[in-house]
Amino acid sequence: MRSRLLLFIPLILFVALAVFLWHGIGRDPAARTSALLSTPFPSFTLEDLDDPAVLHDQSLLDGQVSLVNVWGEWCPTCKQEMPQLLDLAERGVRIIGVDYKDTRDNAHAFLEQFGDPFTFNVFDPDGSLGFDLGVYGAPESFIVDANGVIRYHHTGYITPADVDRVIMPTIESLGP
Amino acid sequence: MSSFSFARSLRRALLIACALGALVFFSLALAAGEPHRFDDPSLAGRYQALTEELRCPKCENQNLASSNAPIAADMRDRISEWLNQGRSDEQIRQALVDRFGEYVLYKPRIESRTWLLWGLPGLAVLLGLVILGLLIIRARRERVSELDERERARLAELLEKHAPEALDEDDRQEPRS
Repeated sequence: MRSRLLLFIPLILFVALAVFLWHGIGRDPAARTSALLSTPFPSFTLEDLDDPAVLHDQSLLDGQVSLVNVWGEWCPTCKQEMPQLLDLAERGVRIIGVDYKDTRDNAHAFLEQFGDPFTFNVFDPDGSLGFDLGVYGAPESFIVDANGVIRYHHTGYITPADVDRVIMPTIESLGP
Repeated sequence: MSSFSFARSLRRALLIACALGALVFFSLALAAGEPHRFDDPSLAGRYQALTEELRCPKCENQNLASSNAPIAADMRDRISEWLNQGRSDEQIRQALVDRFGEYVLYKPRIESRTWLLWGLPGLAVLLGLVILGLLIIRARRERVSELDERERARLAELLEKHAPEALDEDDRQEPRS
């Protein structure tokens, strides 16, 4: 009787392995948690997109919850994201843009065509701030709390559903 | 007819040679497009090792050395810059993990989250050894012990008595040819 039960061990091992692998197989291989969550926004000194004489640094993010959006004229999904960003700006969200690996002319043409939801735009032509943010494509968005700490990282574009499902609740949970 | 097919195969060989030449030329041009010069040859070796062992965050199965993604180029630039500043390999790895996450490490670190990954092969070998040991112990226990003098005599006696009969039976069962 005992040896009969022992014969089931391979089956049990197989089922355990199947459950374990099944759990992983549906996951998006590109999805991963950001390394920057709960860390202070990286320090930077970069020119303003509109006025090269104005320099921005990380103190821009202090005192107020902000959504930092990394975008570029060259990025097709950024265009699809603009209506959602305009919607968020209309709801009173402070949106800081990081114009990533772009030229000023292209960026201005883009804002002219698709609207400008940004309170400020930081001009990052070499992608140095993007690099420190761990950005490997655009668009990416970060929600930064009033103390300048990154609380949420969104890779890829913000869909209309994401606005009410994650973005607004996260911003509201961090206070005014 | 044979001269015609010879011309055709010659033309094909020339075409392949041209394609190969173009391939070599363009890969050289690509490699030259991004020079990372180091005064110290040991830095060049470390640069090569790091870009080969680190993974491009944009492309799932390419290392930094082989990827054409813009982010991989940025990371290569940064690595060479950091090497020239005198940072250690571990500092460089950590700086990239701090930005892009553990994803960039092809070889995950040993920590609580990865013990299953690293431990499973060892556990499997251990389990196999235990099973093998149990099988050996069981096989030993079941082995027939040697006969002593008295038992051997008894066996011979029994064979004497019954074996001829048994042999006869065997003979009877043998198919006739």
